[in-house]
Amino acid sequence: MPAEIYLNVAISGLLTGLVYGLMALGLSVIFGVVRVVNFAHGEMMTVAMYVAVVLFAQLGLDPLLMMLPIAALLFAVGYAMQMALINPFIARPEHSQFMLMVAVAIILVNGLLIVFGPDAQTVQTSYAFDSFAVGPVIVDATKLYAGLAAILVAAALFAFFQFAPLGKAIRACADNYTGALVVGLDVKRLYALSFGLGAACVGAAGAIIVLIVDVTPPLGPAYTLLAFIIVITGGLGSMPGALLGGILIGLTEAMAGLFFTPSAKSMFAFAILVLVLLFRPQGIMGKRLT
Amino acid sequence: MIARLLHGVPRHALLLLAGLLAILVAAPIFADDYLVTVLILILYFAYTGQAWNILMGFAGQLSLGHALFVGLGAYTSAALYVHFGIGPWIGMPVAILISVACGAIIGFLAFRFGVGGVYFAILTIAFCEFTRIGFDHFDWVAGSSGLFLPVANYTRNDLINLRGQPVMFYYVILALTVAAFVMCHALLRSRVGYYWQAIREDEAAARSLGISTFRYKMIAIVISSGMTAPAGVFYAFYYNNLFPEQTFFILRSIEIILGPIIGGVGTLFGPVIGAFLLTGLSEALQELLTAYGLDTPGAKRVFYGVCLLVVVMVLPNGIWPPIARLLRLDRRETPET
Repeated sequence: MPAEIYLNVAISGLLTGLVYGLMALGLSVIFGVVRVVNFAHGEMMTVAMYVAVVLFAQLGLDPLLMMLPIAALLFAVGYAMQMALINPFIARPEHSQFMLMVAVAIILVNGLLIVFGPDAQTVQTSYAFDSFAVGPVIVDATKLYAGLAAILVAAALFAFFQFAPLGKAIRACADNYTGALVVGLDVKRLYALSFGLGAACVGAAGAIIVLIVDVTPPLGPAYTLLAFIIVITGGLGSMPGALLGGILIGLTEAMAGLFFTPSAKSMFAFAILVLVLLFRPQGIMGKRLT
Repeated sequence: MIARLLHGVPRHALLLLAGLLAILVAAPIFADDYLVTVLILILYFAYTGQAWNILMGFAGQLSLGHALFVGLGAYTSAALYVHFGIGPWIGMPVAILISVACGAIIGFLAFRFGVGGVYFAILTIAFCEFTRIGFDHFDWVAGSSGLFLPVANYTRNDLINLRGQPVMFYYVILALTVAAFVMCHALLRSRVGYYWQAIREDEAAARSLGISTFRYKMIAIVISSGMTAPAGVFYAFYYNNLFPEQTFFILRSIEIILGPIIGGVGTLFGPVIGAFLLTGLSEALQELLTAYGLDTPGAKRVFYGVCLLVVVMVLPNGIWPPIARLLRLDRRETPET
């Protein structure tokens, strides 16, 4: 095999990994602030993917343009979910919260199955077969746009948490729940905002990833697992960690598909998860577990 | 032995249990074939739920990958039967051994490094998914094209090779379920059982009292995984076909844990009553949907999801504790809530 192939595959994996990273970023934000593990994360992603597919099929709207409206829609869904379902569960034991989200996930994935059926749906954009040649390396245009869009959204989120007063307030909630209450922050609303932001991330990621991946309902659980693997690999609660983990898993999957068989690629992601849990349970960028 | 098992159990509880057992033993006389298959399904979930409950309900470690142990049990016994003609009763100890080894590896990795809670749950999912994809490429057991057991139209029941009619399978799974129930009852009031409950309620406190939490969590996962394997053997010989993407599918794991969660985590009757309710309801719903021509794939599982949502929200401890209070069985039956 010529050397360019490795480079091509690596770049493709890296760009896909950025979108994975954006999806995992949503999970990381939710866990980092609300301390609830969103087991319906991938299912929310497939919801966003189907919205993008329907908008494209019915109205011819490009998923990349629809990224922000879809993110806004998912924000509303996330906000409402936190307010109605999850806030009463904040003080409940972990497994109870987990089961709540599992229930939401089951309803979402099978609701989608009833509405859209089991067949894969896809988006065919006008630039689907375009590519850029940089020297000997060929970069797929769709994946390049997808990766750039993911970086853009992630950068906006970082800026929000770093500079916006609301973002700082959310970080305060995550750092010290009691302290946030004492200084008079409306923690329940901030939790809902955080869940909404996490959902918006996954909404944007969903709108982007329909360019690369065909959507079927069972993709939901698969993406949930992938998001977990990425977030644990990168470090639960660490936002740069989530992006880094996404890139790492994207690269691993691409390389595994090249060297072995594509159908075995997620085995390598799971292997990475096991290794990380064993030797660095806090993740690459995470703080020490307590 | 028996006296110790019965010690402290209210007399009317024993009467109720004996009554239930008598009904279950006599059921095939009155039930038609369809009802027997539903009862088999119920008992299958009662059994697997009971096994899962040891790890989560007793020792407080949430496993979301119990399909792994079912699948390993199923594949081991089926492969031994298909390739070497080794019957299920000899295959079963091998299946248990493999399942226990795998459970011990997961437990060792997780508990040794202090992986608990959600992390443990995800580790169990990861192992199950890893195995699913691995078996998809495992040609000795036919990979993703599926492993089939030879089937014929059986006129008589061959208990040795587990080949026969549903009624025979019904009594096999009933025996397994009863054995699991008695074993869990004994475990729950053994020294190990009390240690488990201490770990479940407050692990740091348990450790400070000198309980080796690593050791007792290991015991829990070893017993739980070993107990789950026979369900896999049963599954293989009852359904006669095994596909990795079905056997190790994550929803399989979730189906196993729905019963005990809806019934009541950590209780003896939770898995049983949960299995009855859930399977009964879902079969009834299936009938209803088919009757109205609404038999779309997924409808049944949306119902599962809604059931789970409602129970988790309204009855965080499951439906058994209130029933136990009603029947005045809550003396020693349920852990304190």
